[in-house]
Amino acid sequence: MFETLSGRLGDIFDKLRGRGVLNESDVGAAMREVRVALLEADVALSVVKDFVEKVRERAVGQEVLRSVTPGQMVVKIVNDELVAMLGGDSEDINLNAVPPVAIMMVGLQGSGKTTSTAKIAKRLAGRDRKRVLMASLDTRRPAAQEQLKILGTQINVPTLPIIPGQMPLDIAKRAMEAARLGGYDVVMLDTAGRLHVDEGLMTELDSVKFSTMPTEILLVADALTGQDAVNVARQFNDRLNVTGIVLTRMDGDGRGGAALSMRAVTGRPIKLVGTGEKLDELDNFHPSRVASRILGMGDVVSLVEKAQEMVSEQDAEAMVKRLRKGQFTLVDYQKQLAQMRKMGGMSGILGLLPGVGKLKKALAGANIDESMLVRQDAIINSMTPKEREHTKIIAASRKKRIAAGSGTSVQEVNKLLKQHQQMADMMKKMGKGGKGMPQLPPGFDGLLPR
Amino acid sequence: MSEPEKKGWFSRLKDGLKKSTSSVSDGITGLFTTGVLSGKRKLDAATLDELEDVLIMADFGVVTAARVTQELSRTRLDKEVSDEEIRRTLAGVVAQTLIPVAKPLVIDPANRPHVLLVVGVNGSGKTTTIGKLARQFRNQGKSVMLAAGDTFRAAAIEQLAVWGERNGVPVIAKPVGSDAAAVAFEALEKAREQNIDVLMIDTAGRLQNKQGLMEELAKIVRVIRKADPAAPHDTLLVLDATTGQNAVQQVDVFRSVAQISGLIMTKLDGTARGGVLVACAEKFGLPIHAIGVGESIEDLQPFDAREFADTIAGVAA
Ligand SMILES: Nc1nc2c(ncn2[C@@H]2O[C@H](COP(=O)(O)OP(=O)(O)OP(=O)(O)O)[C@@H](O)[C@H]2O)c(=O)[nH]1
Ligand SMILES: [Mg+2]
Repeated sequence: MFETLSGRLGDIFDKLRGRGVLNESDVGAAMREVRVALLEADVALSVVKDFVEKVRERAVGQEVLRSVTPGQMVVKIVNDELVAMLGGDSEDINLNAVPPVAIMMVGLQGSGKTTSTAKIAKRLAGRDRKRVLMASLDTRRPAAQEQLKILGTQINVPTLPIIPGQMPLDIAKRAMEAARLGGYDVVMLDTAGRLHVDEGLMTELDSVKFSTMPTEILLVADALTGQDAVNVARQFNDRLNVTGIVLTRMDGDGRGGAALSMRAVTGRPIKLVGTGEKLDELDNFHPSRVASRILGMGDVVSLVEKAQEMVSEQDAEAMVKRLRKGQFTLVDYQKQLAQMRKMGGMSGILGLLPGVGKLKKALAGANIDESMLVRQDAIINSMTPKEREHTKIIAASRKKRIAAGSGTSVQEVNKLLKQHQQMADMMKKMGKGGKGMPQLPPGFDGLLPR
Repeated sequence: MSEPEKKGWFSRLKDGLKKSTSSVSDGITGLFTTGVLSGKRKLDAATLDELEDVLIMADFGVVTAARVTQELSRTRLDKEVSDEEIRRTLAGVVAQTLIPVAKPLVIDPANRPHVLLVVGVNGSGKTTTIGKLARQFRNQGKSVMLAAGDTFRAAAIEQLAVWGERNGVPVIAKPVGSDAAAVAFEALEKAREQNIDVLMIDTAGRLQNKQGLMEELAKIVRVIRKADPAAPHDTLLVLDATTGQNAVQQVDVFRSVAQISGLIMTKLDGTARGGVLVACAEKFGLPIHAIGVGESIEDLQPFDAREFADTIAGVAA
């Protein structure tokens, strides 16, 4: 589990709360964390360096608003700058030319060009009511042309008939001709994957570009790409002047730093993102979402996904049953703790929820110690099975034994018991509500001191 | 895996990796040309920092880059070293991590068939790698069968069929949309009947965070085991060298779902350096069998730790 940037910064600024202005050394320390966070998210080093410099300049001397902590202030500056660098919201596909207009899809092998070609074609044909023709110029990878043809039938968009042995440039010319004769608006040209350092194959793309005069040359790149993203994007752009970037596999659990890298070195907009294998899983680009993902702050969607992943179906059902009966023992509580730890602890969970400002502030104010999760786990482990099921029997002498056994204090045992009670009450309410299992792992609320 | 028969695999690898490592070695050279002493410089903290940057740019990841740099500093700090020396030391440190995991893929003739399951995220190079491996096994005189376990992606079956044709080996397939586990099961039965040496099972690409798809993979493994409790004898995870730190996550999850026995890294013929492999080796210690250095049938090379480390560090052979 990645440590989130806000968590890291929280640590640094803990001591500084209440100070008025961000000074150089505080910011310097924070910037080291920002650098690591960005690198872990696969942002290219050169881009990280520029970015950190920019943010440093903006942050030093900034006045900290009374209602937020310095850590939050820095996160905000970092986030804003990131969003700004990632560019505005999606730009549309440019079809501004005499039809048929060509759209060229280019990129490395296995980046997702063919699937993206079909997705864009589907969108143009469906939502935008364009007449679209698709053609595969991929004569290299076995069965690549068949792949596009099959996708075409799936989405009801015609593909250029395959002529075995025809060269890519000739296919492109034939596609444009067929589109002219057939009265098509758009020709999607899917090209073979190639390395940006492959001179011969880059020249081939050049000639296709020259002959079809596309309004869009879209570089299709994998969101999981590492440091190499800068080399790939720069060279494709230098050779072809790409008009935009399509980022695929955004449904993966990569942090997507490649988005920032490619945008930074090419200055080209990220026009679309692929979010799944199905042909309608194509999304507009939302810089703020990607920014919070790069920073490890995710979004609500990924929180829900995570919560679903962590809680196995059976566990959840059993839990709901128990809740309905009004049972929420320390064993259940312990399971919740384990889940929270898996999800990156308190700050991890809260970081995933952009909308819970109040909770975040409460958390910042409460100065919650993440190691508490570990200690509470130890406390529960020091209890007998009976004590875990029936907290009522835990009298003073038992508390002493448990505290000693877990290396904590009676005070902490008391606190745990109180929190468990609060949570049990809350759970009872949720269980009675009977709306199935709660989507978010409950608990962070119960851990907040009142 | 035997050494490819084709002359000059070594130089093919070098050519491939040269492109990919030039910027690392350029980076290292840069460190020295900017130094006061031409060619010699103290390996001080600033130099080490820069060196760490070089590793980060090779996708080592922050932690592994720091570890390697620290190890460098232990041996050479504050001594005057030459460009070549630093390259060698760097290569040495990297190789230390990789040597224990550089293991060839061994086909046990006692297994008939020896079952190889090939898995990975979308587009990482699974099908192509199967085609390349088939060629190597054929060259070793082994009989090979392929199973088209990607019943999902459009034309995936046709793609594997082409590789079957190129190698003159049978491909077992069912219609699109069939149960992948059933394809694997049927192929295993057929391979047994026909006394085949190696059965390679292709699978659909899947992202490791998709629980449903990972569950499907677990099922494929279970069903194969039903047919032969010892199979799959090897489960290979194919990693794309352009992938960044997410590769670590890929290894982690695929390992726990499908008991990965070894890794293959593809696309090392580009400019990506595949440094995340070092992080993976450190973390999981899984064998690394081979690397892909191109799209042709012969572009699969045994993984050689020293060679890999030397080229990453830009050591002249
Ligand atoms: N340059 C280069 N390209 C490779 C290498 N290995 C595979 N490729 C290419 O990468 C692309 C994807 O390879 P596939 O073998 O189809 O990948 P896959 O993992 O089977 O893909 P899916 O089944 O779609 O998930 C193809 O264009 C291959 O030619 C390699 O070592 N170097
Ligand atoms: Mg495949």
